[in-house]
Amino acid sequence: MQKCFLFVLVFQLSFLANAQDINALVKRVKTKLDLVNDYEADGNMKTDVIFIKAPIGKVKVYFKKPNHFRLKKNGGISLLPKGGVSVNMSSLIATNDFVAIAAGESIVNGTNTKVVKLLPSNDNSDIVLTTLYIDEPNLLVKKAITTTKENGTYEMEMRYGAFAQYGLPEKVIFSFNTKDYKLPKGVTLEFDDNEKPISDAQKMKNRKGRVEITYSNYIINKGVSDSMFK
Amino acid sequence: MWTIIQIELFKIFRRPRTYIAFGAIAALIGIIQFGLKLDGKSYTDFLMKDIGGSMEIEGNVLNGYLICYIMLQLLLVHVPLLVALIAADMISGEANMGTLRLLLSKPYSRTELLLAKFFAATVYTLMLLVWLAFLALVVSIWIFGVGDLFLMKSSYVVLLNEADVFWRYTGAFCFAALAMVTVAALGFFLSIFSENSIGPIVATMSIIVFFTILSTLNIPVFNIIKPYLFTTHLNSWKEFFDIKVSDTNDAIIGSIQNPQRIINSVFVLILHIVGFVGASIWVFNKKDVLS
Repeated sequence: MQKCFLFVLVFQLSFLANAQDINALVKRVKTKLDLVNDYEADGNMKTDVIFIKAPIGKVKVYFKKPNHFRLKKNGGISLLPKGGVSVNMSSLIATNDFVAIAAGESIVNGTNTKVVKLLPSNDNSDIVLTTLYIDEPNLLVKKAITTTKENGTYEMEMRYGAFAQYGLPEKVIFSFNTKDYKLPKGVTLEFDDNEKPISDAQKMKNRKGRVEITYSNYIINKGVSDSMFK
Repeated sequence: MWTIIQIELFKIFRRPRTYIAFGAIAALIGIIQFGLKLDGKSYTDFLMKDIGGSMEIEGNVLNGYLICYIMLQLLLVHVPLLVALIAADMISGEANMGTLRLLLSKPYSRTELLLAKFFAATVYTLMLLVWLAFLALVVSIWIFGVGDLFLMKSSYVVLLNEADVFWRYTGAFCFAALAMVTVAALGFFLSIFSENSIGPIVATMSIIVFFTILSTLNIPVFNIIKPYLFTTHLNSWKEFFDIKVSDTNDAIIGSIQNPQRIINSVFVLILHIVGFVGASIWVFNKKDVLS
């Protein structure tokens, strides 16, 4: 009986210690990200979606605390996954309104990471669950998988460079599920178009869309006007 | 030769009927621009309903380049009818007025006379297209501004950088000019067989409508003849607005998805022009002109 009690106590204590470790880790990551109040960055955006033919375009990205995020293509049109890109790292853990659960370890691009699941406490949050893959020694989020109520699941993979000290990536690869795209020929006025249909296998293979943003320059904490986010 | 070309051009542009086409194009483009200026957002929202499910589109989609593309899609189907109005009247109109014999008494060969008339009809056709280009492209840019061109096709969308658009329009208008000259050549050819203008005009329109239906019908038995119908190639200007992608799905700036299709279409259209004009000369040289 005593042994049994001791086992339960040890288990409980280790669980609590583990939870505290994870909360502390997330807090440390958040503290690092909090160094950045705002930033403006130049980047190249590549859109890779089966039904989109778009060239690589130059973009400007703006962020301001707590969770304002805007991506603009210089004078042009940009195509972004719906509701997705605004889910950047800083806004993901902008509040303390979540429960962190340790979910083991994993290797992301050759780096050992701690897997943390974040459950929002707020029932009205659009985010249902976020899984973070944190590089503990450098306090960098290497990968994040976010499931939202409205816009499905997104995966973000971050690669870091010169701005790693601020927790800002030099490359973000954003993966998301795409829906079928088809417009009636009566709308597009393409009655004469005899294109070959895409096979179902090819459709499934290319079902996942990707947006890659490679940042070339960050201007940090120099102030970003609120008008940028309107 | 230059003198008879000048005379033919004078005859074309002296008739009020000539300006119907210019007026019709101005009215149609004006009304489309007016409608899109007032409620263009509803139109683009309707178009983007499907893609909006998974993507957000940021930026000015409804710019002058898109407006011009929409108008070309709508108008280039109907411009042949306006071209036929003049081209199919070139010989039959003279016969109808009883001036054809008088004309042939001038010190020019029948071939020279026909070539001058065809040249004048071509000038009219090109002026109509320049007018269309001015209103659809230049005026639209002035009203709606410029930007990237976002095109929604049946099974995919194309995004063209602003700097990669203008040369495509130049190419598309040059191609459209060739397509319209083909229509003018057909109308011109038919005008030889009649002594009134209505017959060749209606015949030209009927042939265009008939062949267009054959070209758009996806019935396998017609697929054999489709490549040889000039109507199949009239819309190849759209090829200028389809961009090639690399193996990694990056659109290659300055490229065309299927340039061979444009080259084939140009070849077929030139062949038709030469065929129609050649046949006109051959028939007219043998014809016993009584009117």
